[in-house]
Amino acid sequence: MTDRNMLVMGAVAYAPKVVTIWEGFRQFFEANGLPFDFVLYSNYERQVEALFDGSIHVAWNSPLAWLRAERMGKAVGKPVSTIAMRDSDRDLTSLIVVRADADIRQIADLSGRTVAVGAVDSPQATLLPLYCLHRQGIKAGEDFAIQRHDQLGGKHGDHIGGEREAARALLAGKADAACMIAGNHLLFTNEGTLPAGSTRILAETPRYDHCNFTVAADAPPSLVARMRELLLGMSWEDPALRPLLELEGLRQWMPERVEGYRDLDAAVDVFGFYDPSGNITCVDYHY
Amino acid sequence: MCSGSTTLRATLPVSTITIERLDAAGALLLKRALRNLPPGESLMVTGDSPELAAHLAAWCRARGHCWQTSEVPHLLGSIHPGSLDQRRWQGALTTGALASGGVADRAEPRWGLAARGAHVEASAPAFHFPLSDKVMIWANEAPKLYAQAVAAQWNPDEAIDWTQPIELPEDIEAAVVQVMTYLIENENAALLVPARFLAQMHPHFREVMQLLAIQVADEARHIEVFTRRIALKGHQPALSTAGGQASLKTLLDTPDFAIALFLLSVLGEGTFVNLLNFLSAHAPDPITRQVARLAAQDEARHVAFGMAHLQYQLAQDPALRDRLANAIEQRFESLATTDGLNEEVMDALLLLAAGSWLPAALLAGQEKVMALQQDMTAGRRLRLVKLGFPEAQAARLADLHTRNFM
Ligand SMILES: [Fe+2]
Ligand SMILES: [Fe+2]
Repeated sequence: MTDRNMLVMGAVAYAPKVVTIWEGFRQFFEANGLPFDFVLYSNYERQVEALFDGSIHVAWNSPLAWLRAERMGKAVGKPVSTIAMRDSDRDLTSLIVVRADADIRQIADLSGRTVAVGAVDSPQATLLPLYCLHRQGIKAGEDFAIQRHDQLGGKHGDHIGGEREAARALLAGKADAACMIAGNHLLFTNEGTLPAGSTRILAETPRYDHCNFTVAADAPPSLVARMRELLLGMSWEDPALRPLLELEGLRQWMPERVEGYRDLDAAVDVFGFYDPSGNITCVDYHY
Repeated sequence: MCSGSTTLRATLPVSTITIERLDAAGALLLKRALRNLPPGESLMVTGDSPELAAHLAAWCRARGHCWQTSEVPHLLGSIHPGSLDQRRWQGALTTGALASGGVADRAEPRWGLAARGAHVEASAPAFHFPLSDKVMIWANEAPKLYAQAVAAQWNPDEAIDWTQPIELPEDIEAAVVQVMTYLIENENAALLVPARFLAQMHPHFREVMQLLAIQVADEARHIEVFTRRIALKGHQPALSTAGGQASLKTLLDTPDFAIALFLLSVLGEGTFVNLLNFLSAHAPDPITRQVARLAAQDEARHVAFGMAHLQYQLAQDPALRDRLANAIEQRFESLATTDGLNEEVMDALLLLAAGSWLPAALLAGQEKVMALQQDMTAGRRLRLVKLGFPEAQAARLADLHTRNFM
């Protein structure tokens, strides 16, 4: 196990700004009496495994990584917990959009069509929208074809590129529908990737939650408690913190909650992404 | 933060906005409506576009607003504005005021490049401008001098008739070329010294920054016209002496703005006004006379700013006067071992003023050069007195000034 007098957190380096963000937060934690260091991983799978081999105490996790850690923790008798999330991680939805002039009026009309999705490991652009369709009775790979836009495997869809490629494929007529998080549909519409009026929303997923801080069972409790306290106390009005919060895409850290991961957990089972013990069972997943 | 899962069931008579799309224009309308909302109230949103509800939810989440969907027909939902947008500017820094009277005594590093009077977000980066104190930079005349400088800009192509025929004896032409060569190296110093301090100056002191920028442009133009005068008859520049360059190097090596301004502008450029006036009166050809006259007008402004700033700083820091006096003494000491006489230039000035090799003409030229040197010393003494130096000290310091003029 790593030094018990210092809290060590893992983060996935999905973009260069991750260094700026966590170096800044590290200084804030240190200045406020929390000995803190961070380790960067290139993918969430290795980061989750590190929660169980003693390399890190805490992981800044995607929702999919949280679910894997939860499964692995139960399997080995070291249940994980969570301490906080961003305000912007709560109550998200994803959209399944079609071209405005398409003769697709309801979800059943997707039968025999091609649906563009993001990366295979993207909760918002692949797993959750496909699960939404599944619940409505049409099955990916059977009733309709999936067109994947894999970008940066192992980053659990943190990279926007896959969603943008799916949107472009829809507009170019290479797919009949495309899946993306609602905020990106607004972004793609305003940036011109999807000209205003060119698409129509066919379906919207139920609300779900995104990232969280996942804590290993054997993490030093007092340091974890201090980290949670400092996170929840961070003020957007603090000129030293605001640039970091903006880079990380939040205004306020919020207390933990896990109800928002239920649909994704079900999707992981339905599509066989992980097994109940957290082993990777998705065959064509590369990271 | 809102729970996000509540659903609005009843409506109250509150502010309502209808938007077509949440594009940049729609967002602008929305932001204005939110700004104008009475405190504590929500904004109802109506609209027909089927994607609006999903877009509004994402838009509100990204801005910390609370979005509640509605079950009332035609009503999409309501926005309860978060307070973070206003709080962003709560700790904003105030930076003086636009007018020259609004200059602060000290410009803060975090004011950075903002226009004077702007509100600067508190998390803006710090800029470390070494010259950030008003007392070190300011002159009350700076706004007026800047306006004069802008109005007095001239185009060398139009202000000078480069096509006038000039036929000077070869050695008189050579004397003109030597003087121009000398002027150019002095202009190079006069350009670089303010440019270096300009780059250290906090832009809060807008008028001084603008004035020095124009001064640098003036010097660039002087370099141009003197260079063109050399090239007029197909010559290359002539001689550059070690003593002349050593004298100028002391200006570039001066790290203190007040001392640099004193040595360069008050003493050097002030002396140069005499030299340029001499050339505009006695040069043997109309083009040389013209370029000297135009440059002299600009130089007078450069001297005026140097005087104005030093008077401002001396009024608040009289001890500066001793440092200025010491700077002249030190420069004199450090140049004592160099050949500061610059014989090539002095000979060329005499010959140029004589206009020919006839003994009577040479004698007249010699008298003109002697008168020039007396004018220079008298001018320096006068400016030193204006800066508050006692008469006797002013006379002594005026004599100690470099024999290189600049
Ligand atoms: Fe000049
Ligand atoms: Fe000048």
